[in-house]
Amino acid sequence: MTTLARTRPTGTDTRPPLGLVMLATIAAAAAAIPLVYLVVRAGGTGLESIIQTLSRGRVLEYSMNTLGLALATTFSALVLGAAIAVVLTRIRVPFPRTWLLLSALPLAVPSYLAGYGWLVSIPTLSGFVPSWLLLTAVTVPYVTLPVAAALRSATGDLEGVARSLGRGPIGAFFVATWPQIRPAAIAGSLLVALYSLSEFGLVAMMRYPTLTWGINSAYSASFDRAQAATLALLLVVMALVVVAGERGARRQLPSTVARAVRPRPIGRGMLIALLPVVAVAPVVGVFVPLAGLATRLVQADTLRAIDVPRLLAAVGATLGVAVAAAVVATLLALPIAALASRYRGRLVTAIESVGYLGHALPGIVVGLSLVFFALAVVPALYQSVVVLVFAYAVLFMPKAIGTMRAGLGDVPPRLIAVARTTGVSPLAAWWRVTVPLALPAVGVGALLVAIATMKELPATLLLRPTGINTLATELWNRTVVFEFGAAAPYAALLVLVAAVPAMILSGVRTTAKEEL
Amino acid sequence: MRARRLLAPAALTAVIALMAGCASGDPSTDPADPTTAPPADAGSFTLYSGRNEALVQPLIDQFTAETGIAVEVRYGNTAELGALLLEEGEATPADVFLSQDAGAFGALSAADLFAPLPDDIAGAVPQGFTSTDGSWVGVTGRARVVVYDGEQYDEAELPNTIDGYVDGSFDGTIGVAPTNASFQSAVTAHRVLEGDDAAEQWLTQLQAADIEIFDSNGAILTAVNEGAVDTGLINHYYWYRQAAEVGAENMRAQLKYLEAGDPGSIVNVTGAGIMAGSADNAAALAFVEYLISEAGQDYFVEQVFEYPLVPGIAEPEGVPPLESLLNPELDLSDLDDLSTTQEMLARVGLI
Repeated sequence: MTTLARTRPTGTDTRPPLGLVMLATIAAAAAAIPLVYLVVRAGGTGLESIIQTLSRGRVLEYSMNTLGLALATTFSALVLGAAIAVVLTRIRVPFPRTWLLLSALPLAVPSYLAGYGWLVSIPTLSGFVPSWLLLTAVTVPYVTLPVAAALRSATGDLEGVARSLGRGPIGAFFVATWPQIRPAAIAGSLLVALYSLSEFGLVAMMRYPTLTWGINSAYSASFDRAQAATLALLLVVMALVVVAGERGARRQLPSTVARAVRPRPIGRGMLIALLPVVAVAPVVGVFVPLAGLATRLVQADTLRAIDVPRLLAAVGATLGVAVAAAVVATLLALPIAALASRYRGRLVTAIESVGYLGHALPGIVVGLSLVFFALAVVPALYQSVVVLVFAYAVLFMPKAIGTMRAGLGDVPPRLIAVARTTGVSPLAAWWRVTVPLALPAVGVGALLVAIATMKELPATLLLRPTGINTLATELWNRTVVFEFGAAAPYAALLVLVAAVPAMILSGVRTTAKEEL
Repeated sequence: MRARRLLAPAALTAVIALMAGCASGDPSTDPADPTTAPPADAGSFTLYSGRNEALVQPLIDQFTAETGIAVEVRYGNTAELGALLLEEGEATPADVFLSQDAGAFGALSAADLFAPLPDDIAGAVPQGFTSTDGSWVGVTGRARVVVYDGEQYDEAELPNTIDGYVDGSFDGTIGVAPTNASFQSAVTAHRVLEGDDAAEQWLTQLQAADIEIFDSNGAILTAVNEGAVDTGLINHYYWYRQAAEVGAENMRAQLKYLEAGDPGSIVNVTGAGIMAGSADNAAALAFVEYLISEAGQDYFVEQVFEYPLVPGIAEPEGVPPLESLLNPELDLSDLDDLSTTQEMLARVGLI
């Protein structure tokens, strides 16, 4: 995914081109729609009511739960993801491609489905620990995949040197390899943290009350939009802290000469000890839940004849919106990523931070904000596919920003300088040099958006054109009335369809560096 | 009059264009589906349904077949559609809102989103099961019940009053969904019947009983049915729906109806209202009339196992008669004071 992100080696002191700033500002304005909506809704009731909402019974508990879950999940996903990536790239394991593919699979399983599948086997699961472990299992590929890609093109000589100087393997890893995978690992961790903040389906099933739980109950029991908006603004604040933390952790690194390192053979005993590390996420996040769903399917007396045309229509709708959302989200993310990969300053920081917000908010909030926006600005497009796809882009743009920023930052500025000496314009040089080299990173961003779109439920329910069903809405339709038999084909197809981009993702290599 | 909103601007990808193209295939002009090919002047309307497609679509198909009126349905859960309707305001494409729970109507009618119903519709359902101002009409009723693990308890050994579950003997065994609208309606009923102090006292005891918190009735039923918790507070029809899926003899969970007059034994309603901008839509009106007609009521009785609200319709088999659950002192339209209930729940620490 991202190779060594040697970000901003030069050019950080130049002013960004006005055109780029304008494009990035437009994209950030789109991402800011939910924020504007929340401020309008929460502010409409006055400060007193905001304070009253925040001091209510369990808001503090919800907030602490949200923070605790996000911190724990981010940390465990970071450690596990980095470990898996190291094992798969530095050690000679049998069938390395298969293992990498398996470690990408949890991306394809919606977290609510993973939670549900586990509850079938162990109905007593509840609280923090199961929420944390399951959330880690389904989010760890966000770290594993970029770190594995970075490791494949990072040099390992340094680690060997460090060990010959007397460092132990772990010490050598931190001195030599960690700095090289750090940007990729941190960018992935940011996505995990934002994902954890906005998670609702899984924590609801595991009965672990976080802020998203509070937001949902504000809508569902009291129809109190101001209260829901106030709680959602708390999530926004947390997201801004997380994004600022990521920016602090992402440090400028000296460029190193990249050279792929051959995987090292190790003893069979060691291999047997290490493979469970790699297998744990696919087992916890994919195989156990799917086995649970399969047992439900067998028990259901009413396994109905599958309505094939309807199933195919849902597949078509799912693929259609996913591809469209991937295109739109990538286009919106591109100027923000290009700006953040080369330039600094308050404006750049603000634009990038706003770009990440959508991912920290639950789908129902982003959905309602676009209802508000579409009716005010483009009423003719309300409840059309256009607004739905736009909502997906706002929600999932951060997935594309992170990966593309690293990819664009990897392209050595001197190549662009060389291109400029041939007399072409900066834009032409960017288009001919930077974009082709960063294309794998752009592809990764687009695939991540497509997968997330396929699994999205709450915003889809609010914004879809009346009568259009995706696999996720069809699944929801059936499970809420206990028709597990009828739901099973939709669940299976959803995972299958989302597994395709996940598998492609595990194979994407950032070849730019290796060819230089 | 609403134009199709599915214009695909040239700027967007071919995929969107394709999707939008499919979507704009108006069901009423789709020749492949004979049930939706109405007489030219039968009319059409848009329904927001907070009740599930599997429960409602067969009734709508039946309605369309009989009247020729085309119905465009948007399914969602009641809470999300309620929030959506509030957000849309007068711009809503909806003509009729069919709600899973009476709780949503309070907020929507306070925002003046409903058109008053004609007297013959509003008056078809007895007082106590419908709105007092004619803004919506009750369609079906569901009983509040205790669900219990049949492998742990016999029906006879369980208390007949809701107080019996919070006296300490059931500590650590009760599943509750305090953020769920049905639970909150039940607490409001408790307040109306016994007074705020008694209700708060009961909630405090409940909170002290080491309860298991869930986010929905369905999740409680599933947990009891799988032995994860021993008892729970839910609505009766969830059990019948799941029994229809897996077979009644395979249900580990069983239902306990509390005695009539107890604050734990109330009947809550689902309902329908016509949106303010659609007062003159004859097709929308015809549908609401259909819901409280004999055909509509029979459908909910036979397929959804809920109580009919229109007098003279036979009740579902296997459920206790509505008469035996009724509390003459409770008027369901008194249940609109949700905010006091929520303040109470927050004070006790349940939400």
